Amino acid sequence: MPTTSPSNKVRADGVVSARLSSEQLNENFCDLHAPLSPHEAKVAADRCYFCHDAPCITACPTSIDIPLFIRQISTGTPEAAATTIFKQNILGGMCARVCPTETLCEEACVRETAENDPVEIGRLQRFATDKVMDAGVHPFTRAASTSKRIAVVGAGPAGLSCAHRLAMKGHDVVIFDGRQKAGGLNEFGIAAYKTVDQFAEREVEWLLSIGGITVELGKRLGENLELDELQSEFDAVFLGIGLAGVNALGLDNEDASGSDDAVEFIAALRQAAHLTNVDIGRNVVVIGGGMTAVDAAVQAKLLGAEHVSLVYRRGVENMNASKFEQDLAAQKGVNIITNAQPVGLIANGSVQEVEFAYTETGADGFKVTDETFRLKADQVFKAIGQKLALNVAGLDIEGGKIAVDENGLSSLDKVWAGGDCASGGDDLTVTAVAEGRDAAEDIHAKLMG
Amino acid sequence: MANLQSNFLGIKSTNPFWLASAPPTDKEYNVRRAFEAGWGGVVWKTLGSEGPPVVNVNGPRYGAVYGADRRLLGLNNIELITDRDLYTNLEEIKRVKADYPDRAVIVSIMVPCEEEAWKAILPLVEDTGADGIELNFGCPHGMSERGMGAAVGQVPEYIEMVTRWCKQYYSKPVIVKLTPNITDIRKPAAAAKRGGADAVSLINTINSITSVNLDSMSPEPSIDGKGTHGGYCGPAVKPIAMSMVSEIARNPETADLPISGIGGVTTWRDAAEFMALGCGNVQVCTAAMTYGFKIVQEMISGLEQWMDEKGYTSIDEFVGMAVPNTTDWQYLNLNYIAKAKIDQDLCISCGRCFAACEDTSHQAISMTPDRKFEVIDAECVACNLCVNVCPVEGCISMEEMDAGKTDPRTGKVVEDQYANWTTHPNNPAAMEPAE
Repeated sequence: MPTTSPSNKVRADGVVSARLSSEQLNENFCDLHAPLSPHEAKVAADRCYFCHDAPCITACPTSIDIPLFIRQISTGTPEAAATTIFKQNILGGMCARVCPTETLCEEACVRETAENDPVEIGRLQRFATDKVMDAGVHPFTRAASTSKRIAVVGAGPAGLSCAHRLAMKGHDVVIFDGRQKAGGLNEFGIAAYKTVDQFAEREVEWLLSIGGITVELGKRLGENLELDELQSEFDAVFLGIGLAGVNALGLDNEDASGSDDAVEFIAALRQAAHLTNVDIGRNVVVIGGGMTAVDAAVQAKLLGAEHVSLVYRRGVENMNASKFEQDLAAQKGVNIITNAQPVGLIANGSVQEVEFAYTETGADGFKVTDETFRLKADQVFKAIGQKLALNVAGLDIEGGKIAVDENGLSSLDKVWAGGDCASGGDDLTVTAVAEGRDAAEDIHAKLMG
Repeated sequence: MANLQSNFLGIKSTNPFWLASAPPTDKEYNVRRAFEAGWGGVVWKTLGSEGPPVVNVNGPRYGAVYGADRRLLGLNNIELITDRDLYTNLEEIKRVKADYPDRAVIVSIMVPCEEEAWKAILPLVEDTGADGIELNFGCPHGMSERGMGAAVGQVPEYIEMVTRWCKQYYSKPVIVKLTPNITDIRKPAAAAKRGGADAVSLINTINSITSVNLDSMSPEPSIDGKGTHGGYCGPAVKPIAMSMVSEIARNPETADLPISGIGGVTTWRDAAEFMALGCGNVQVCTAAMTYGFKIVQEMISGLEQWMDEKGYTSIDEFVGMAVPNTTDWQYLNLNYIAKAKIDQDLCISCGRCFAACEDTSHQAISMTPDRKFEVIDAECVACNLCVNVCPVEGCISMEEMDAGKTDPRTGKVVEDQYANWTTHPNNPAAMEPAE
């Protein structure tokens, strides 16, 4: 009999670490979309038709001039291409990695219409932005100081984008963030295989190199930071605080060991010193149908969970996760179950099983049927949405988010908001970047007007 | 069933596809491979006079121009004539011809512009059993500085004189290869004919610098930091070559002079086009240098299929058929009115037609917020630019307006009769239309 090898932990019951070897984990978590080589970039760039008033630009929440940057790549000036990208989207490097391009620019590409094969806009964007960022070049400089001070709360995509634009305009910015590391969801909330090699951390460092931005970590609104004080101390305040609250299932045993929020699992995985330190169950159930659910389910599988089910209460057409993400999950071996809602957590100190009831959506709406089934689970990840964790007198809320106008201005004096915490737009990194940038422009206009 | 058998000047070959005198035909090994691949003939790379052969540079000889996906559109060449010993070449030619009696073997020659030089080499070539000779009056680089190649081709009197010597000292067909580096191609063609040439072949390569290295500031191909103009060839030169061919085919003085067409022939279609303009056969180089000898198989199958579809049984049936339709601008029918039409089912909404028309033409294409593009007939002059910039073949077409309809652009009724500039009222030199 061979001696027990580490891979035998694949079949270990319960929640354990290092189900797979270190080498296997590193391979599983390598770049989802490998960077283009210069030759590949040239070939990919040649496919762009340089459309008039291009549909891809319209489809991009940050309105990057995509045909122009691709032409700049094809003519041998990726540095100029990067500047074109960063002018519109200072987090163009991250967006190149995490944007659901298949539902944005690449879906709009006329070559998708023509051949069901769009120009690889996302990977080309990465090619250009990597070129400049790897060289440590920051293409922008600050305008003369305005002596205006602006507080940005939240060091995620919206806050970073806003802070950078304000710093560029000559304002002094202080970013506050409750965590011990900047980056927000870029750092804590995205699957590891989408942003390898500490890219999120490097990107923040690169972004801050424009100067004029101070980051204060461990400062959380409502805990050791008060909005009214910021309003009086600063010339303007931007809230990019995301959705820190997590929705609960409302079932018994939700606190049992093994029942966790998917966002916490993803964050812990991202911050783990090594992937062999991350615990994972043999049987994992993820509840939800969005990007977070897919990120959790796929990573659970990649960590070596034997059975991973992603269970969503409605039909596949209602899932927030894109078709690409759904296919990725299926390809990695995640079992996707739709039209089933959790009705019970069976625990014995720790989670044992989840009971689901099938659902139906008919003429009289959504209803839960009596037909049930159980899935074995030594780990359950809840990914059923996040919510705003902020309640400030006078700050209007709309649909559970901070109500803002088209420029991101809230109902409070001198307070703007953007990203996931603010009303309007999809909860995407790229949308947050656009909202942060546009709020910065509005703040600048109002302060200097 | 189409028969591709070619009989050019009495020289028979299995098909009209010959390899042009160029690097691919420099030696026996290559030529045997070409014949095995199916080429109908070769024009052996140009021989020079007896004695120490020319030398070539020892750095890069070629420069290139690319299209999308690094497709080679144009190649430029600073290689000279053969740098191998004359007798080695002659022996190889003799062996190859003996082994491939059904293929054409033509020997290209370039010797100084002196009767003795020609008188010396021609019997040696005659002895190889080759089917004919081609006089290289075309190469624009290197040899022209020594009074040969294009230096001869640019002086009609020299062409006539040398051709006459060749007809005097050589018994088989003489083809004169023309340089395009000249103002009026009809002059050297006519001179060749006066000298007794059996045919002309054109074009040789065009003076060119394909690119400049912006680091070293040297033209490419760069030899130790310096570059020189080379001979340009490949798909990019085809339109220039076809225009020159048509000029000779249309000129009454040379209309009966057989032509071997050269210049960017890459597919069977290119070959058919050259032949429709009056070429009895075609010569190919760059396509073979880009893709290898195997491409002749597509040329053969394509030409056969097209001939079958059209009902042509031999190539002579379509050679020159486009010549009567090649005319001067002044004879084009000004009463022919067309309008662009966009096939909405094929349109992919790239908007290139709109940008081209709106920015650089006649503002004759409309665009809706949901990216529907339509031609405004009242503005469309039928310039064809939208057709040319559209990435989808067949999406935009030009549709002729029927006589009797009113052109919304001019408000005039489309007339049935042919009318050209020579009788147009705006022409100060207009003739009265014939009664």
